[in-house]
Amino acid sequence: MATGIKDKVAILGMGCSKFGERWDAGSPDLMKEAFEEALADAGIERKQIDAAWFGCWGDGINVGNSSIPAAMALRLEGIPVSRVENMCATGTEALRGATYAVASGAADIALAIGAEKLKDTGFGGLPPPFKGTFNDMWMPMGSAPAGFAQLAPYYRSKYGTSKEDLKRAISHVSWKSHQNGQYSPKAHFQKAVSMETIMNAPMISDPLGLFDCSGVSDGSACAIVTTPEIARALGKSDLVTIKALQLATSSGRETQTNSWDGSYVATTRAAAARAYKEAGITDPRSQVHLSEVHDCFSITELVTMEDLGFSDDGRAVFDILDGRYDRDGAMPCQIDGGLKCFGHPIGASGLRMAYEIYNQLLGRAGERQMSSPSIGVTHNLGGVPYQGIAAISVLGLA
Amino acid sequence: MTDIGIARFGAYVPRLRIERSIIAAAHAWMAPGLKGQAKGSRAFTSWDEDAITMAVEAARDAAGWGGLTGVEAVRLASTNLPYADLQNATIVAGAIGAPSTIATSDASGSQRAGTSALLQALKGGRPELVVAADNPYGKPASGQELSFGAGAAAFLLSDQDVAARLIGSASINSVFVDHFRSDEASSDYAWEERWVRDEGYAKIAPAAIRAALADAQIDIADIQHFVMPSYLKGAADAVAKKVKFAGAVAGGLEDGVGYAGAAHALLMLAATLEKAQPGERILLVGFGQGADALIFEVTDAIANAQPARGVAGCIADALPTDSYLRMLSFYGGLEAEWGMRSEKSGKTALTEQYRSAGQLEGFNAGKCGSCGTVQFPQLQYCVQCHASAEGFSDVSLRDEQAEVLTSTADWLSYHPSPPLWVGFVRFDSGARVLMEMVDIGKDGIDTGAKLRMVYRIKEKDRQRGYNRYFWKSTPLGAA
Repeated sequence: MATGIKDKVAILGMGCSKFGERWDAGSPDLMKEAFEEALADAGIERKQIDAAWFGCWGDGINVGNSSIPAAMALRLEGIPVSRVENMCATGTEALRGATYAVASGAADIALAIGAEKLKDTGFGGLPPPFKGTFNDMWMPMGSAPAGFAQLAPYYRSKYGTSKEDLKRAISHVSWKSHQNGQYSPKAHFQKAVSMETIMNAPMISDPLGLFDCSGVSDGSACAIVTTPEIARALGKSDLVTIKALQLATSSGRETQTNSWDGSYVATTRAAAARAYKEAGITDPRSQVHLSEVHDCFSITELVTMEDLGFSDDGRAVFDILDGRYDRDGAMPCQIDGGLKCFGHPIGASGLRMAYEIYNQLLGRAGERQMSSPSIGVTHNLGGVPYQGIAAISVLGLA
Repeated sequence: MTDIGIARFGAYVPRLRIERSIIAAAHAWMAPGLKGQAKGSRAFTSWDEDAITMAVEAARDAAGWGGLTGVEAVRLASTNLPYADLQNATIVAGAIGAPSTIATSDASGSQRAGTSALLQALKGGRPELVVAADNPYGKPASGQELSFGAGAAAFLLSDQDVAARLIGSASINSVFVDHFRSDEASSDYAWEERWVRDEGYAKIAPAAIRAALADAQIDIADIQHFVMPSYLKGAADAVAKKVKFAGAVAGGLEDGVGYAGAAHALLMLAATLEKAQPGERILLVGFGQGADALIFEVTDAIANAQPARGVAGCIADALPTDSYLRMLSFYGGLEAEWGMRSEKSGKTALTEQYRSAGQLEGFNAGKCGSCGTVQFPQLQYCVQCHASAEGFSDVSLRDEQAEVLTSTADWLSYHPSPPLWVGFVRFDSGARVLMEMVDIGKDGIDTGAKLRMVYRIKEKDRQRGYNRYFWKSTPLGAA
């Protein structure tokens, strides 16, 4: 394997807009919010940015194709700007582009910004995406909850988990995130929700009820990255560096062969193995202090705890119910409330996760601050469990 | 007479059924009189079924394991073909795996399109597949809405293993306008039933029957089965009486099927062949702007010609439903609020469809030449060993046994028959495919349930009027 990017790139500054039903703001406005915070945090001017990556997913509801809308919104003059799209992993993909540019030496300072305007569709939920001319001919068009709900029966039959235990565990996942969301002023939802309400909510796609689904919101998040040397030269003393940034994409093995049993997400496991290797993590349970994972649905977070090696296979249900991933647990997950409370403006989510880890590592997380973490993991998942893209970053104090 | 006769036959009736009393109850506020006709159940097509998909299923039932070997032509008869200019029979031929060298043609324009197509094929003297499929639409609260149904029948004509031989026939044409439906209309405009029965059926059909009997050089007393469809109650009995037929007149499949338009005569013929004994003779009459009369003699080969499903099997394989509005919606009679998700473009890239026809029409998976993995769809390299797809051989999943690996009822996605049932299907060959599951009852479907494949409308492009067809999975027996 390549030597990797560990500690070659530092985060100079980050920004995040208020997430929610931003009837007042379009994507360019949201980008401005995140961008200005990041610039101020970085302590640089926009002209110091050498290159930029813009992540957004939905052409039809966003600003349209290409990088031009971002370059125009932020007035990025005369520099290379790229637009990236990798389904729900788009935000992390933008960060990867900027990070690689710095790591390669092609840019001293690079910008990654993601934005999504989901509330311009006229209805709740995600607009059905175009699958491609060939896939359209044969592939059934299920909704996202239908795709993720299928993890449940596989998981239960593999580990002999009762329907009740699984429902309680996934309800706890959402309960815990809503508890955390109370302390996140930028979250869409900032209210605690009772277990009873969660467990008795209307069914969306069995076993996923309303509160097992992440919110749908607008938002933008942004990172400015550079080398540790330049960061120090710019006066930064506490540095958060990127220990690893890895991606894995389905090649069809899960959908076309019988090798995958449906109880886990193969791309997450592949990306995690690569990321841990790149970061030099051999025992994630002791070395990783917190995580922000892709809780598009509560069941996704549950299997992700196993896919990331935080829980033994078949044990996440019990670890969750034991409070291991609660705010005061051994390994807090979604300490900011996660997608559950922030919603999932697709292009922004991966960067929003990094924003929380970055602030936690720097001790700037306010009421949600956990005691002195030094390593955090983000996990951003695109597509569906059987055909998707997993993007994982490991961030840590230098 | 040629040596060509009916060698095998098959049928299809949609699983979806509704009690006529439910339809009548929905209209009781304006047409309380319908209650009197509201007996038994009728079949109706799901949103994704039409004359093409029903024809495919009937043809597969007829072909059985013997396949289509030797067939030189496919004829499709219906007056509710989805396309006015795009040959419907070709789509059927593609789906059943007929060779590209055979002739294809549509027959339409009359309620006797089915009998005419069969007669012409029998007289043509070459092995053919004749399929009739129809799902006539009757306006809400019309008598037709109660009496109409849906279904398809298919006949494999051959000079080998002839189970029913044509021994006489006659046709009469007459511009007797009992009803009509213009090109733009979706339902019939019909004249008074008493006139149609007395002046039409009772005079035109007997003339054709007498001519056919003369052609066969037999007497009406030599006929054991009198088979004549009609959407008018009592018309068959009136004609049988007129020609002095003393035996039992074949029932009109009123319960469980309903009058299936241009396909009905052939459905009734199939139902009759399912119980006819060697040596018996069948008189089949088709009526519409004249009449066709065909006389068949059943041979000893009938014992081996029975289809796997047939008409009786189809009627038994029912999925009872209880909502009149569902049926109305499936027939396009209800403009419901489907929400913004339904606004997604259904445009088909016709270029892509043609390029990928081999996979889409015949549901052809690829078997890797290097590792033997069977996979659908066939992409550029083997999913298992990455060998080039140039070494793949086609394995059709169409007739393979399969089972449910996982399934979900999706209420969120736009689907004309919610919920959308979707999940992974495992085929006996090892292929795994994410598929839509159709005709699922209230109790859903469990992992391990056995499935068969059916040809259905994958998506309707409502903006452009184009249907995209593909294979879906369905439980072996209706739940």
